[in-house]
Amino acid sequence: MSNKISETLTFECETGNYHTFCPISCVAWLYQKIEDSFFLVVGTKTCGYFLQNALGVMIFAEPRYAMAELEEGDISAQLNDYEELKRLCLQIKKDRNPSVIIWIGTCTTEIIKMDLEGMAPKLENEINIPIVVARANGLDYAFTQGEDTVLAAMAHRCPEQTMLIEKKKIIQDSNIQEFFSFLSLEKKEETTNKQFLKLKKNAPLVLFGSLPSTVASQLSSELKRQSIQVSGWLPAQRYTDLPSLGDQVYVCGVNPFLSRTATTLMRRRKCKLIGAPFPIGPDGTRAWIEKICSVFGIQTEGLEKREEKIWENLKDYLDLVRGKSVFFMGDNLLEISLARFLIRCGMIVYEIGIPYLDKRYQAAELLFLQNTCKKMCIPMPRIVEKPDNYNQIQRMRELQPDLAITGMAHANPLEARGINTKWSVEFTFAQIHGFTNARDILELVTRPLRRNNNLENLGWNSLTKKEKSKF
Amino acid sequence: MKLAYWMYAGPAHIGTLRVASSFKNVHAIMHAPLGDDYFNVMRSMLERERDFTPVTASIVDRHVLARGSQEKVVDNITRKDKEERPDLIVLTPTCTSSILQEDLQNFVDRASITSNSDVILADVNHYRVNELQAADRTLEQVVRYYLEKARKQGTLDQSITKEPSANIIGIFTLGFHNQHDCRELKRLLQDLNIKVNKIIPEGGSVKDIQNLPKAWFNLVPYREVGLMTAIYLEKNFGMPYISTTPMGIVDTAECIRQIQKNVNSLISNKNKIFNYESYIDQQTRFISQAAWFSRSIDCQNLTGKKAVVFGDATHAASMTKILAREMGIRVSCTGTYCKHDAEWFKEQVQGFCDEILITDDHTEVGDMIARIEPSAIFGTQMERHIGKRLDIPCGVISSPVHIQNFPLGYRPFLGYEGTNQIADLVYNSFTLGMEDHLLEIFGGHDTKEVITKSLSTDTDLTWNYESQLELNKIPGFVRGKIKRNTEKFARQNNVTNITVEIMYAAKEALSA
Repeated sequence: MSNKISETLTFECETGNYHTFCPISCVAWLYQKIEDSFFLVVGTKTCGYFLQNALGVMIFAEPRYAMAELEEGDISAQLNDYEELKRLCLQIKKDRNPSVIIWIGTCTTEIIKMDLEGMAPKLENEINIPIVVARANGLDYAFTQGEDTVLAAMAHRCPEQTMLIEKKKIIQDSNIQEFFSFLSLEKKEETTNKQFLKLKKNAPLVLFGSLPSTVASQLSSELKRQSIQVSGWLPAQRYTDLPSLGDQVYVCGVNPFLSRTATTLMRRRKCKLIGAPFPIGPDGTRAWIEKICSVFGIQTEGLEKREEKIWENLKDYLDLVRGKSVFFMGDNLLEISLARFLIRCGMIVYEIGIPYLDKRYQAAELLFLQNTCKKMCIPMPRIVEKPDNYNQIQRMRELQPDLAITGMAHANPLEARGINTKWSVEFTFAQIHGFTNARDILELVTRPLRRNNNLENLGWNSLTKKEKSKF
Repeated sequence: MKLAYWMYAGPAHIGTLRVASSFKNVHAIMHAPLGDDYFNVMRSMLERERDFTPVTASIVDRHVLARGSQEKVVDNITRKDKEERPDLIVLTPTCTSSILQEDLQNFVDRASITSNSDVILADVNHYRVNELQAADRTLEQVVRYYLEKARKQGTLDQSITKEPSANIIGIFTLGFHNQHDCRELKRLLQDLNIKVNKIIPEGGSVKDIQNLPKAWFNLVPYREVGLMTAIYLEKNFGMPYISTTPMGIVDTAECIRQIQKNVNSLISNKNKIFNYESYIDQQTRFISQAAWFSRSIDCQNLTGKKAVVFGDATHAASMTKILAREMGIRVSCTGTYCKHDAEWFKEQVQGFCDEILITDDHTEVGDMIARIEPSAIFGTQMERHIGKRLDIPCGVISSPVHIQNFPLGYRPFLGYEGTNQIADLVYNSFTLGMEDHLLEIFGGHDTKEVITKSLSTDTDLTWNYESQLELNKIPGFVRGKIKRNTEKFARQNNVTNITVEIMYAAKEALSA
């Protein structure tokens, strides 16, 4: 295995023997995001046990998700799928009365070819609750791609935009007023008119990707500073508030793993996709805003200064990370954006492992990564798609990176061998988008470095027995 | 189909993996889709394991669905053989692979020709057995495989050791306090002048399995795992086994008496007959504090208090007996999720409780607890959460468990030190409950509302409606801090009207 770091962006593909979470884990954050939803995972004990263990204490908070646990009779088709699902969904309706039930198809439903997409519309009519089907299974997808399948399925349920345009003239005023009150401008009375004139110009813009509501409103207000109005989010806080879509609508992604959703929005809903780097890190956020502004023909205001200010605020953390090396084992598809940000912070990235790389959807981000490397005079990292964890650990043994960003399966063993690790899943649950949260990313990245600075002088960095350690 | 939110016992392959990865130098390969290897996460997190978990997956993806695994599984086995040089590779089917109905045995046969390791296919049916049953089976399968292999090769030595010795069977990874129990059992056997021959599977080598028959008897501390192996060894090698769990004073004594009986029946020199009665007496009255504790005034206060017990068969049954027989506590209901072992369980707790509940549905357990309203619960992590909701204290006595049930300190449940630990657990659960009750009667620790704790009592700042909403979205435990920091920032910048923008600006400026 060659460990030389190449001068251009190289793409490799390994065996796909890597550790990641099953995509059904998207249920964990999506049920919290979409307040009136209920997620029903149609699968086996294995899926249930994963959710129960991966999501830890959340299970005890009476979550709005459950397993439809398949039994032997379901597998051998002795029981009627439709009747069984109907029974469970009626019970869910009775107990929770959600506005939408989302069926998550799993490996098992794929293998026994359960026709969830066919059954959903029928059952939907019968029980009068929308049923959305997403096939978030481990046969096809990794971890965060689960959200992608759910949002792609939901994109079909968004109302058509034409209706809105017809009505728009009548409701425009009140609508925009409402919108302002939600965003709460600083000096509302004075600016409303000015902003109003400006905002009228920009065509509807829908952002897609599930973010905590605070982060979503931070990004919205970031765009509003540039006089761009966000007309909706996919997903919205409630299923009943899904944004309207159509051929007049521009869409832009906030997360790197949403390629199916992007494709669906373009091909099926005829939206115009804005391909931009993702708003992760102050550099990414600025590039993201600039790209959106350029599409709407708007000159950005004060963005440069704002970015600089953020970087200034990060100074103490930057001193800590500068010159340190990172190795991404890859499991959640945020890797390219995070690596780009860390390189801009002055770190050296040896390898970016990533489960799946959509070069078209991530094109702007990849270009940005390349430019950042040039700007910082840092060799281009190698990008390894479908990595092989065993090989990666061998490479890490030679490279001895200062930090490995990895899944929990490898974190403790690596720490025991004296390699600092950061658990990658935390990046999916922490708030990492926009200018405001840049510090949170570095907080995560530097945590093992800061902790180990405190412990460094104790002299027990490697904690494995010699004969056992194959590392 | 079954609507399920939570389960007590995991899927079958988890049991197989727990047994396989407990042995030294055994590698398990799962035939599974991407993401099914979360067993590694559990082991690495809960056990805080320093070594890489010897479990990998031979990934089932779309190509496998279309064309079958073909060479993939065999390649993965031979590759692992080269990389890690394990003694044994266990090919583990998952629920996904069992529906695919590929001929995994064929892969195993092919792979064992080319690899230096032994290769076996774990014999478990995903839709019929759970984690614990699968673990029991896999352990038996591995033991049988190596004993039969040794017999074929003629290396099997069936003579027993000179001095009395025992095997401890069923200690394994992710087991509830297994490591501590194992240490306590070793100490107990040492006190009784009995050598420990082998401990399996935890830390054992498969190469040593052929030495299992050298022991005089087998000790199976837990009902769930190891019994099949013990029965196999009894049938084929005439080894007696003791399956009385040495948990609590009475059962520990009972277990020791059975050991005495077994050892004495095999002893050749009848002058050297063992008598443990004085040891039992000494330990019970003076080393263990539990017998004295039961007589003390503290324990008197527990008389007749209602308790509910729920857990795996071993721990729930033992705990019920301890509470009722050794502490005089009234067990209103006891139950287990080991439905496959219901008969044994009912027989064990007969006469020690008012009612018995056999179920693996946690809502049924919750309803039962709500109905009975006991003063304390002894159960799994699930019961602890039920207790939290109902304001009833709970002591955790059985898996499924969280990371806090893998303590670093010495906390056995078995043997004489175990009785001390259990006494503490029981007493602490009840006193907490009592204190709580008294607090309620007297209106809490401090009845005055604290009003001047924060900086934010000045009235020069106003939060507008949206920013208040935004503030309420912030989790409670940091809300106060955010509020203070925002107001500090607002004052510094001479802003009196706090908006959402000001909040964000404050966060950026103060890095809150």
